[in-house]
Amino acid sequence: MSIEMTKAEVPGVPLLEVRDLHVEFHTRDGAAKAVNGVSYTVDAGETLAVLGESGSGKSVTAQTIMGILDTPPGKVTGGQVLFRGEDLLTMSEQERRRVRGDKIAMIFQDALSALNPVLSVGYQLGELFRVHRGMSRREARAKAVELMDRVRIPAAKERVNDYPHQFSGGMRQRIMIAMALALEPDVIIADEPTTALDVTVQAQVMDLLAELQRDFHMGLILITHDLGVVADVADKIAVMYAGRIVENAPVHELYKRPAHPYTRGLLDSIPRLDHKGKELYAIKGLPPSLTAIPSGCAFNPRCTQARDVCRSEIPPLLDVTEPDGTPIGGRTSACHFWKETIHG
Amino acid sequence: MGRYVVRRLLQMIPVFIGATFIVFMMMYALPGDPVRALWGERAPDEAQMAALKADLGLDDPILLQYWHYLTGLLQGDFGTQISSRREVIDVIGDALPATIRLTVLAFTITVVVGIGLGLIAGLRAGGKTDGLILFVTLLLISVPVFVIGYLYQTYLGVKWDLIKPTVQDSEDWGQLLLPALVLASLSLAYVARLTRTSIVENRRADYMRTAKAKGLSARRAVTVHLLRNSLIPVVTFLGVDLGNLATGAIVTEGIFNIHGIGNTVFHALNSREGSTVVGIVTFIILVYLVVTLIVDLLYAVLDPRIRYA
Repeated sequence: MSIEMTKAEVPGVPLLEVRDLHVEFHTRDGAAKAVNGVSYTVDAGETLAVLGESGSGKSVTAQTIMGILDTPPGKVTGGQVLFRGEDLLTMSEQERRRVRGDKIAMIFQDALSALNPVLSVGYQLGELFRVHRGMSRREARAKAVELMDRVRIPAAKERVNDYPHQFSGGMRQRIMIAMALALEPDVIIADEPTTALDVTVQAQVMDLLAELQRDFHMGLILITHDLGVVADVADKIAVMYAGRIVENAPVHELYKRPAHPYTRGLLDSIPRLDHKGKELYAIKGLPPSLTAIPSGCAFNPRCTQARDVCRSEIPPLLDVTEPDGTPIGGRTSACHFWKETIHG
Repeated sequence: MGRYVVRRLLQMIPVFIGATFIVFMMMYALPGDPVRALWGERAPDEAQMAALKADLGLDDPILLQYWHYLTGLLQGDFGTQISSRREVIDVIGDALPATIRLTVLAFTITVVVGIGLGLIAGLRAGGKTDGLILFVTLLLISVPVFVIGYLYQTYLGVKWDLIKPTVQDSEDWGQLLLPALVLASLSLAYVARLTRTSIVENRRADYMRTAKAKGLSARRAVTVHLLRNSLIPVVTFLGVDLGNLATGAIVTEGIFNIHGIGNTVFHALNSREGSTVVGIVTFIILVYLVVTLIVDLLYAVLDPRIRYA
């Protein structure tokens, strides 16, 4: 079955589904287990925020979905990435190439290094239309101008022949967004799209991204370590730690009452005005080395609630319920003591 | 841009004067006497010799001699050979075509083979092909040109009789192929290694990941995105190297008996023909300066981040 044939939304099948994904990196110290059984889904028009520290596996998962993981040293050791029900990981390189950039596109963190310094932005935008749509150079350039207008770059017509270094950071990120948007993909993966930007520009870029996602009814996977960015735009959140998802929750649920000690730690470490004068909270310790993940729950050495069972048994992702047992939609937690964590 | 070119051209003046002055002084400092050499083995007639020297201006103070030479040069007068009484400019004119042909051929080999090998090695970094290319280029760099030249000449030319060992007719490109290969061997080894390093560095760059994420074919990512970024340092080297090829031609032309600039300057040095040596060296310096300027301008075409002010 080709991708084109399944263009229409299939009821019951998620737009994009990652199923029990395992990725390892070959290092001198042995295999680094970057992703250990991650699963998540995104539907059209939905925004999933993947939250986690550096090294939690959030970017590696995204790179695996895109098929741009450096192999070697990286290696997918298990799992599936289903796009409209079709496993991308078993496709031929040629088939995958047709999906990349066209059906699933990616926005990178640092637009200055992610754009080619010696090619004009017009060329780099137009290239997508030339490669995937077989347009001529001239048509592609016109499309590039259109796109630059769409992401609100002033004087797009005059600036289409400029080079990346001639734009400001915010404008460059807009060009990155335009590039991801070019072929109107079904899914966009944004890997820390605002991290490299000034705070004022961050909000503008985030708003633009959210607006375009609504207009095009795309699925958006937003990878970030910034809880502040997530709150306004995301529908649901997956929190990652040491290559696993430790908590899934609708965005407001998560902020209101976290069901995993790690999530709570993250929320507590956000600076708040009413805490002025008090010391800033920080989760003690460091994330584990991926070549030596602690036994049991990977978070146990840093957890304030850790008990013996946390050091011996890996907690599975369990459904989170109200104290009386009524289920809460879309909530799971990988903590042996989620009940105490959420209900106190 | 225009102002930049003018400034660069103006900068050439002191470089030009300084370089000719140094070469002139070095010729003067060498032992030997070009006028005495006219008599060969025989005892010279002292009176005749003194008259000839006075006539050629060789009795003047060295600085005055240099001044005469420089003013002559500005009027397009490169001086006259003492032994043959020929104009130096004619001597250069006769020798130039052979050297140009040799250099063009060697430069083409350097660019095509050097960048080609570098690209192959860089894309297969760490593999067997890469190791082989690194080994061979290291060999070419460490073995002196005249050894390589004689080796090629002996084996390809004499023992296996594949190519003519010396150049009888410098207008025949086929005969020039072997000397050009010898002349290019050192440069192409450097170019290959430089290209390889640059490719290895750039292929993991973020923009290459973007290119892949855009769904471009590997071929397009390499030719459009990788190669152009990687060639920036290589072009700089090639510019400088074009001048070095002219110098390297002295040895290569000697080995293969090509009557070019290199051979001419070699013989002129032996017979202490100061004006010929200075003339040819000056000419090479001029070529060098112009080529460097062209390369620097080309640099901006390749890398838009560079602006000339």
